[in-house]
Amino acid sequence: MSTHEAQAALSEGYNFAYLDEQTKRMIRRALLKAVAVPGHQVPFASREMPLPYGWGTGGLQVTSAIIGASDTLKVIDQGSDETTNAVNIRRFFARTAGVATTTRTADASIVQTRHRIPETPLTDAQIIVYQVPMPEPLYRLEPRVTECRKLHALADYGLINVKYYEDIVQHGSIATTYDYPVLVNDRYLMAPSPIPKFDNPKMHMSPALQLFGAGRERRIYAIPPYTKVKSLDFEDHPFSVQKWEHACALCGSRESFLDEMIVDDEGTRMFVCSDSDYCHSRRDDKEKEAAQ
Amino acid sequence: MYVAVKGGERAIERSWDLLAKKRRGDRAVPEVSVAQIQEQLRLAVARVMTEGSVYDEELAALAIKQAAGDLVEAIFLLRAYRTTLPRFGYTSPIDTEAMCVERRISAAFKDIPGGQMLGGTYDYTQRLIDFTLLAEGNMPSDASIAERDQSAAMPRVLALLDREGLIEQERAEEGADEPGDLSREPLAFPAARATRLQNLARGDEGFLLAVGYATQRGYAHSHPFAGEIRHGQVAVEMHVDELGFAVDIGEMEVTECQMINQFAGSGDVPPTFTQGYGLAFGHSERKAMAMALVDRALRAQELGESIESPTQDAEFVLYHSDNVEASGFVQHLKLPHYVDFQSELELLRRLRASHGKDEHEENAA
Amino acid sequence: MNALLKASGLTKRYDGRGGCVDVDLDVYPGEVLCIVGESGSGKTTLLNALAIRTGVDSGALAYRTREGDTLDLLALNEPQKRLLSRTEWGFVHQNARDGLRRNVSAGANIGEPLMAIGARHYGRLRETASDWMTRVELDAARIDELPSAFSGGMQQRLQIARNLVTGPRLVFMDEPTAGLDVSVQARLLDLLRTLTSKLHLAAVIVTHDIGVARLLAHRLMVMKDGRVVESGLTDQVLDDPQHPYTQTLVASVLPV
Repeated sequence: MSTHEAQAALSEGYNFAYLDEQTKRMIRRALLKAVAVPGHQVPFASREMPLPYGWGTGGLQVTSAIIGASDTLKVIDQGSDETTNAVNIRRFFARTAGVATTTRTADASIVQTRHRIPETPLTDAQIIVYQVPMPEPLYRLEPRVTECRKLHALADYGLINVKYYEDIVQHGSIATTYDYPVLVNDRYLMAPSPIPKFDNPKMHMSPALQLFGAGRERRIYAIPPYTKVKSLDFEDHPFSVQKWEHACALCGSRESFLDEMIVDDEGTRMFVCSDSDYCHSRRDDKEKEAAQ
Repeated sequence: MYVAVKGGERAIERSWDLLAKKRRGDRAVPEVSVAQIQEQLRLAVARVMTEGSVYDEELAALAIKQAAGDLVEAIFLLRAYRTTLPRFGYTSPIDTEAMCVERRISAAFKDIPGGQMLGGTYDYTQRLIDFTLLAEGNMPSDASIAERDQSAAMPRVLALLDREGLIEQERAEEGADEPGDLSREPLAFPAARATRLQNLARGDEGFLLAVGYATQRGYAHSHPFAGEIRHGQVAVEMHVDELGFAVDIGEMEVTECQMINQFAGSGDVPPTFTQGYGLAFGHSERKAMAMALVDRALRAQELGESIESPTQDAEFVLYHSDNVEASGFVQHLKLPHYVDFQSELELLRRLRASHGKDEHEENAA
Repeated sequence: MNALLKASGLTKRYDGRGGCVDVDLDVYPGEVLCIVGESGSGKTTLLNALAIRTGVDSGALAYRTREGDTLDLLALNEPQKRLLSRTEWGFVHQNARDGLRRNVSAGANIGEPLMAIGARHYGRLRETASDWMTRVELDAARIDELPSAFSGGMQQRLQIARNLVTGPRLVFMDEPTAGLDVSVQARLLDLLRTLTSKLHLAAVIVTHDIGVARLLAHRLMVMKDGRVVESGLTDQVLDDPQHPYTQTLVASVLPV
C-alpha cells in the first residue's frame, strides 16, 4: 500500500474514537485494575496520539477507551470550554467518534478536564477524566520511579510530611497550592493533577467515577464513587481552601474559583469565574429571575 | 466590559492556514517534492525513520515536508501514524553479518578479512561550504562501489576476537525468554538490556551524542574502540505460518556499530573485552556509535562496575531519551496554566503580606 | 530466648574473601557491646549483617521484639524490615551526612522518624525535636537550621537524636566518633554513655579505637581477619587480654 493510499484510508477509516479495539481493551483492563485499587498508579502501554505528549494524551486515551456512541462529551481546560486546547480535543472526538458534545456540565456523561473540577456537582451518572502531567505525587522529592514504587508499596510517606513541616517552618503554612497530594481510601498517596487545592474537597465522596490518565508517564489511576479522599495536613495546620475578597464580576458568585484578569494599562483587575459553564448558567438564571 | 472570548475553533483553523502558507513559502520558488527529500536529504530521512521507529523512506520524507524540516516534529508524525498501523507479527532478527556492505571499517585493526571499505563518507571531506551547490544541475561523477566479490567473506571483527575468547559474546540460551517489546509495554525497571537497546535505538540522537560524549570525557569512561562499523542493505525475513517457512519480505538499509570496551572479569572468570552495541536505520554512524557508548555505560550494573555517573543511571538516561515525549512536555508549558498560576499568586501575596506585617511589628518594637 | 539479639555462625564474604566468618554473638537488653578491630577485620561487615542491611552467606540471626516474639531476621520481607528499623532499632552512621537529610532543617530531621510512624501534630513535633536537641546538648534555638550549619560533632549529635526519638531498644553504631577532634570525641562518648544508661539502651558499636570500648562497653569482642579472637566483659578483657592480638591492641593504647 503506498503512502497516498494509506493516507486516504486513514482519513476515512479511523476506528471509533481513534484507538483500535485491542488498545482500548488494554486501557480498560488498566482502568479496572485502577478502580479496584483506589489511588494506585497502574502502568499502561500509552500510545502515541495525534496530540503531543504533555498535551493530554493520557486523558485522550482514557476517554477514547470508555466513550460510546450515546455519550455526551464536555471538554474543559482551566475550567473553560473555549480555550484552544479544549476546543482541539473536543473536535478530535467529534471527528473520530461523532459523539454529541456539550458545554453544559449537567448535560455531559463524560467530562474530560485539564486542571479544574467543574463547580457544578457531578452525579453518579457521570465520569470525569483528568489529564495528568506527573502522576507521581513524590516526584519533586524523589525523582527515581523505582524508589517511589517502593515507598508506595510500603506506605512510606514520611518524605512528604517532612516537606510540609519545612513549608510551615519557612512560610508559616503548607506552600503547595495546586496538585496538592491526597490520601485515597486511607491507603495510597495520589497526585490529583494540577487542579488548584480549592478543588480537592470535590474529590471526596463524589458520586461520579474519577479516572486519571498520564500518557507520557504511562500511568492510569482512579477514584471509585463515594471514596474517602483526604488532603494531607497537620492536625494543628489543617487543610484549607483559597478564598477571594471579590465576587465574580459577571455572575456575582462568591463560591467559585475566580480567574484574575488585568484589563488595562493601569493594572485594573477583574475577577471572573474560571468555570465558564457555571458562570454562564448563573447569569442565565439571574436573567430568568429578572424577567419574572 | 470584559466579554469571554469565544471563537477558539476559528483561531485554530486560521492557524492551520497560516502554517500551510509558511510551509510553502515563496510561490515563485518551486515546491519541494517528497521524492526530492527522499533522494537528496537521505540522512534526514534516516534519522526520522530511526527515531520515528517506522522503516518507510517515502513516509519519512513526507513527514519532513509536512514538518517544514523540523525533524523532531517529523518523528512525532511518524510515531503517531505508527499507532494506527495493524501489526502482523515479528520478523526474524536481521542478519547483519550477511549484509550487502557499502561501507565497513574497524579502528581496532589495521586490516581485516574482507578489507576496510571506505564507502561514501563525510569523514575525510574538508568542511568547506561548496558554493557550487548553489547552482543546480550539478552532475556528480559516476563513482560507484568497486565491484567486489559479494561472496568474499566479511566476518565480524568481534567474531575474530571471540575465537581467542578475548571478548564477551552473547550466546543464545536454550529456552530463553522472548525480549519484551517496548512499543507494547511501558518501560519498567530494572530494565533488561534488550529493552534498553530498544529505547536507545529510538532515542534522540542529540541526547545520546551528549551522553556518549560525556563517557569519553570521564563520566564512566569505558576505553572504547570502534571494533566495527558497517553500513549496507540487509534482507528482512518473516516466518509465515501458512507456508511453514520464512519468506523474504524486503530489505532495509542499516548502520551497525560494535564497540570494544574495557575488560571485566571476576574471581572465577578470566577477563575479556566488553561490548557496546548500536544500530540505526539508513546511514547513521553518529547515532549508532553514540548508542553503543551509552549501551556500554548502562551495562555497569550487570558488569559489576560501581555506578558513579549519571551516564550509568538507567532511569535518568532511558526516561529522557525520547524526543517526542521531551518535546511534548517541554512545549506543554505554552498551554494555559493560569489557574495554577493564580493559586501561586495568591499564596505569594499572602506570604509577602505577613512578611511585611512581621517587619512592621519588628520596627514598631 | 533471653537475649535481645542472637547471632550464630554468621558468615558473609565478598567473592570468597574478607567479610566476617562464623561469628557467634549475644546482646542483652540495656547492654552495650563493642566490636573492636582494625580496618579489614570484618567488623563493619558484621554490623551490617546484624542490622540486616546486607544478606549473609550462612548462619542464623534472631531478635526478640517488644512484644516478646522471636523473629528470624534472615527471613523477614521488606515491609517487616522497615517496620523493625522504624520502631525498635536505630542506626548511627560513621558519617553524619549519611544519616541525615541535608536539605531539611534539624527539626525536620529529628521529627521525620515520628512522622513516618504517623505523628501529625506540627506543634508537638517541634516540641519533641527541641527537647531532643537539648538532650543531646545542642542549642534548641537552632532547630530551623540546616545540618550543614552545624559542626561535625554537632551533626553527629543530631544524627543520634534522630535515631533515639522513636525510643528504640537497640541501636547500631558504625564508628560514631571517628573523624572527630579528640576533645569532641570525648564529649560525644560521654553523651553516649549517659544516654545508653539513662534510656536502658542496648547498643552494638563498631570501633577501631579500644578507648571507645573502654568507656562505653559492658562487653567487647575483638575481631581479626574476619573472626572473633576474644570476647568477654570489658574490664576483664582489657585488664587481662588472652589473645596475642588483643594484647597488642591493649598495649598500643596510650594510658589515659
